[in-house]
Amino acid sequence: MTARGESPEIVFWVGCAGSYDDRYKRVTKAFVKILQATGIRFAVLGTEETCTGDPARRAGNEFLFQMQATSVIQVLNGYQVKRIVTACPHCFNVLKNEYPDLGGQYEVVHHSQYLQELIHEGRIKIKEGGSYQGKRITYHDSCYLGRANEVYEAPREVLASLDADLVEMKRCRTTGLCCGAGGAQMFKEPETGRKDINVERAEEALATGAGTIAVACPFCMTMMSDGVKAKNKEASVQVKDLAELLSESQGL
Amino acid sequence: MIQQIAFSVVLLVAGFFLRQRILFIRNTIRLGKENTITDRPGDRWQNVLLVAFGQKKMFKRPLPALLHFFIYGGFLIINLEVLEFVIDGLAGTHRIFAPWLGPVYPLLMNLFEFLAVAVMTACVLFLLRRFVLKLPRFWSAEMTAWPRLDAALILVTEIILMWAILFMNASDQLLQGQHEHYTATGRLFFSSFLMPVLNGTEVSSLVMIERFCWWFHIVGILGFSVYITYSKHLHIFLAFPNTYYARLEPKGYIQNMPVVTREVRSMLGLEASTAPSGEPGRFGAKDINDLTWNTLLSAYACTECGRCTSECPANQTGKKLSPRKIMMDVRDRMEEVGKRIKRGEPGFEDGKSLLGNYVTKEEINACTSCNACVEACPVMISPLDIILEMRRYVAMEESGSPAQWNSMFQNIETNFAPWKFPAADRFNWSKENS
Ligand code: SF4
Ligand code: SF4
Repeated sequence: MTARGESPEIVFWVGCAGSYDDRYKRVTKAFVKILQATGIRFAVLGTEETCTGDPARRAGNEFLFQMQATSVIQVLNGYQVKRIVTACPHCFNVLKNEYPDLGGQYEVVHHSQYLQELIHEGRIKIKEGGSYQGKRITYHDSCYLGRANEVYEAPREVLASLDADLVEMKRCRTTGLCCGAGGAQMFKEPETGRKDINVERAEEALATGAGTIAVACPFCMTMMSDGVKAKNKEASVQVKDLAELLSESQGL
Repeated sequence: MIQQIAFSVVLLVAGFFLRQRILFIRNTIRLGKENTITDRPGDRWQNVLLVAFGQKKMFKRPLPALLHFFIYGGFLIINLEVLEFVIDGLAGTHRIFAPWLGPVYPLLMNLFEFLAVAVMTACVLFLLRRFVLKLPRFWSAEMTAWPRLDAALILVTEIILMWAILFMNASDQLLQGQHEHYTATGRLFFSSFLMPVLNGTEVSSLVMIERFCWWFHIVGILGFSVYITYSKHLHIFLAFPNTYYARLEPKGYIQNMPVVTREVRSMLGLEASTAPSGEPGRFGAKDINDLTWNTLLSAYACTECGRCTSECPANQTGKKLSPRKIMMDVRDRMEEVGKRIKRGEPGFEDGKSLLGNYVTKEEINACTSCNACVEACPVMISPLDIILEMRRYVAMEESGSPAQWNSMFQNIETNFAPWKFPAADRFNWSKENS
């Protein structure tokens, strides 16, 4: 599937979580299914993909970040990549906003935006009466998609296409509460406090009475799933990515 | 005549102290690193107009925004009257604008009185909210005795100053017709309610009351303007430049470090190693002189409103981190260093630093970089930028990041992923069944 000489419409940047994390690999596969069903010519870098360096930069290690970023840019520029789609808001942010400083200029879109675009253009044909029709779903804003890049509507429009009953949490959009994983928190234990952030957020999501918590980020996925488990609600409430919801509802 | 001399002296003394403080603040801001900001002036002016003048970000919480708007607008407009006060004070005239403005003058005065009443009402409600309802964000850990007193002083002073205006106008109206010095202003709506209180008072006593209120108001305003420079109230001036110089990039963007870029590129053989230009400087921020001047400006512009802290996920779940505290710490450290320099002592060599003596690693490590604080700030401050600069110092100068981060760094170096998975397995997902 890696670049075969012909130029792909998009390069799908899988990201480390999408490549290694068992839960998020399911999202990767769901997204690929949608792409294949839609007949998109896409490429992935496979084993040539490496970490963007984002967590190193957020934790303060600028050297490591730039070493990593510079070599990623060499690979991407080597393939003359133009348009990148990724299912990770952290990869999305760093590729889009921070790589240009280091000589990496690409058009970068998040998979929520890409799915929205495909739906708008009619390339994804939504079948009536999908499996989420009328089901109550709440969407958790990822900080790196929302506040960081002001992408609030694309994920909601994708969910709207499922004909589901979309309910908002009290803290949403610009005031959405972080899942607790950003800024490299994913890779360490939290500082001592009264409560874990993900439990606080999971409680808020559960309070909406939604059976599905939709997320659009691998870290949010982990944090929200753990939060739901901490509340012993994993049997009745599922945490799913937009791509999974879309592919399930369409029976892919 | 005596009054004119006294007033000139008061004006000079206030001007002297004000000038001293302005120079001090300017010098302290200049301790920051250079940073040239000349891009996108149009967008910057737009921020000044919408966010500073228009208070756009305040209106996320409509009721306090409205009350704050009264105080802000009231103060802005009522201070036009201060101009008349100053001219009258120096020239020995009374209500010098009245004959010039003719019928517009009473209209203006009535508007000022309306605003004075609005300011008082808003200040009373704010005092109640702060000290009776005890809104949590005004009582968190960093709101120690001084910041709480500061807030109370400002609100109480504003109320008293407004009362002085109303009593002055009331006695003034009673004197009109009884005393040739007092120009007719027509009926002033709000202060006329106070006239019965003063009715029957002798002319000489009325003059005393009017003069007392006049002096009280103008000395109060002048004293207040000096006091402001020590207070969170400085935001009424510095919020304007702060919104102009605020960052325009998407909030997720982190400033690049060109020094590192040069070094990395030469290490990878992409660029001939160039001799470092000038002294290398510190990576990241340990003290205030490692932060840019506009970051230091933002510390002076902080209103201590705590909207940032009340939105911070780390703070909400009981972690030590509070973005407002970061801003207050920066300002306190600036004042400390600035005062030492003013006394002729070496400013920074006091064995203290921002990171360590004011801000702890525990605080900066708890940040999720979620940008909730930046989004919430009504004057466009980014506490997050400061946190990230301090993390850079800890990681690159001290190698003192949390152990789990150090292993994450190591994983990225050896496996090109933040977790310990072999790089060769990266594409395995494509062969697995879902
Ligand atoms: S960016 Fe950091 S300091 Fe600001 S609100 Fe989020 S966690 Fe708190
Ligand atoms: S940084 Fe902004 S939001 Fe936080 S206390 Fe200061 S003015 Fe308020």
